[in-house]
Amino acid sequence: MSAAARAPNTDKRARTLVTPEGIVLPIRLASRGSRAGALILDVMIIMFGLLAFYLALIWIAKGLVDGTGLDPAAAPRGAQEFMQILLALIGFFTWYGYFLVQELGPRGATLGKRITGIRVAARGGGRLTPEAVIARNLLRDIEVFYPLIALLVLAVMSDANEDAGPLGWVMTAWFALFLLFPFFNRDALRAGDIIAGTWVVERPRAKLADVLSTQGAAGARGASAVTGVRYGFGEAELAVYGEKELQTLERLLRDAQPDALAAVHTAICRKIGWEPGAGDERAFLEAFYAQLRAKLEGDMRFGKRKADKFS
Amino acid sequence: MKAPRISSWFGRGQLAAPPDIASATLRSDRFRLEREGDWRRLEAIINRMERGGLRRIPDADLLALPTLYRTAASSLAVARETSLDAATLAYLEALVQRAWFQVYGPRQGFARWLRDFLLGGWSRAVREIWLDICIALFVMVSGTVVGWLLVAQNEEWYYRLVPGGLADARVPGASREQLLATLGPEESAMGLSSFAAQLFSNNSAVSILAFALGFAFGIPSLMLLVHNTAMLGALLWLFASQGLLVELAAWLSVHGTTELLGILLAGAAGLHIGRTMAFPGTRPVLDAAAEAGRRGAVVMVGVVIMMIVAAFLEAFPRQLVEGAGSRFMIGGAMLIFWLSYFVLYRPRRIAESAG
Repeated sequence: MSAAARAPNTDKRARTLVTPEGIVLPIRLASRGSRAGALILDVMIIMFGLLAFYLALIWIAKGLVDGTGLDPAAAPRGAQEFMQILLALIGFFTWYGYFLVQELGPRGATLGKRITGIRVAARGGGRLTPEAVIARNLLRDIEVFYPLIALLVLAVMSDANEDAGPLGWVMTAWFALFLLFPFFNRDALRAGDIIAGTWVVERPRAKLADVLSTQGAAGARGASAVTGVRYGFGEAELAVYGEKELQTLERLLRDAQPDALAAVHTAICRKIGWEPGAGDERAFLEAFYAQLRAKLEGDMRFGKRKADKFS
Repeated sequence: MKAPRISSWFGRGQLAAPPDIASATLRSDRFRLEREGDWRRLEAIINRMERGGLRRIPDADLLALPTLYRTAASSLAVARETSLDAATLAYLEALVQRAWFQVYGPRQGFARWLRDFLLGGWSRAVREIWLDICIALFVMVSGTVVGWLLVAQNEEWYYRLVPGGLADARVPGASREQLLATLGPEESAMGLSSFAAQLFSNNSAVSILAFALGFAFGIPSLMLLVHNTAMLGALLWLFASQGLLVELAAWLSVHGTTELLGILLAGAAGLHIGRTMAFPGTRPVLDAAAEAGRRGAVVMVGVVIMMIVAAFLEAFPRQLVEGAGSRFMIGGAMLIFWLSYFVLYRPRRIAESAG
């Protein structure tokens, strides 16, 4: 389609995806910042969730100890043991389950990813499989969390004056290597994405805007609501602009900023040699938009396209 | 992309009735108005699907979904050639992309996948990486031998190979009785279940590490295997020096057959990824890595399950059952079970499960 007709694609994150129907869909890779943000959000959600859960457990356990006259040794051991198991297992399953279940869901995104408006997808337009989601989440551990935890442990050890030797530097290098990994490939893949064959893309979010050609002066009768004038433009006047200008005008009409409308109104009038008036800019622009679009779309049906005013 | 609008979070907002089709002056807008109803219906279905649960969607809508998707896709194709309405094009592109994710999205949820995984997917994945399993097995055996030989030459190595926590009474120079006591059964099952939970967390963390390190061409996976089995070799030497080799083997075999097999599989899965990335053959490296990674991930889920089993075996039967004979029996039975599951269990592949 109009990939050629539209503004030249300078967006580095734009990719295309071909559906089985042969339709080329544009997709945008998620920015590294939004991915980092999503991860931070997810980790915070897990941490606070677990913390709240643990606090609740401790609160329950307090009752357990109180009931025995504040002597922990007298508390039923079975109950204590049950709590320890619960803590260990719930920690493990929350950590992996949180990412797995959500990324396998219909949105392909964890809560953090949903908030930042991104999702996981299979690279190259295939089906996202459970194996891929598992692989990319297992790798996250060695990319970020093992080195972080190791560094923390080393920091505590060096506080206790134990010499860790070069291990600290090794861990820092490891951490940096994987953290910077997305910066060294075109598709911003992290190690887990490479292993799993996935990438992270932006979730499109577009509402169907109103139809412009039924409103105001662009409509069938085409008269201004303010002055009752019907604007008509000749072939030569409409030949000035191309598709790029048309779409800029469309954006302006949808945003409806009075200042911008006035400025564009003046610019168009100067360009086509009319005397710019004042007070009826919107009707003028609506009429101009509708007639320009009718002309360009008419040409389009005959295979003639005009990308912008220079072509 | 636009920032999420607050208004879209609360209330869906009533849709205004679309304008009269005849009132549109442009042919492309009439095209849009004629199809707008279908697009909006598709959008509503997708919104509900994304919110979760196919169950809440009426059957009529689910049946209509593929048709509506194709309608929207063909509308997009036509609109690209006939319409210059950028907002409508952007909407259609977003709509078709979202519908594509739903129509061609993950077909099975986690539960369904787990079922397929247990009924054949797991053992198939294990068989597919047989070469890496052989290499990992070789490395593990050599690691054990190396550990034994190192300690046999110089007892100092024992303290380097075996971390302090594990080796309370089990140090070179300990008497036969002391060593034998460490192999004895516990008095009661108290405290063993939390021991099992900790073992599970620890063991699965080690095996996930062994898998994930395969990313660096598999070398760190192998080093991890060597390190862990060298510890085993040192332990074997220590007990053999007091003539307790059979007792130790029985004690280890209860959970060891499951656990060592799990570590073997994890290392092999890591090695599989590393080997595939180093020697991708005729495929592009990224494709090869992705394929190997997915296969490895299947094996890894299995390894986590094996670690759960191993932790329970380690905590209960190993500590409670006495006598080399019955211990060997449990360990041997587990080994036979796993091997026959991986090698002999070959159900027919369900045609669609590959995805």
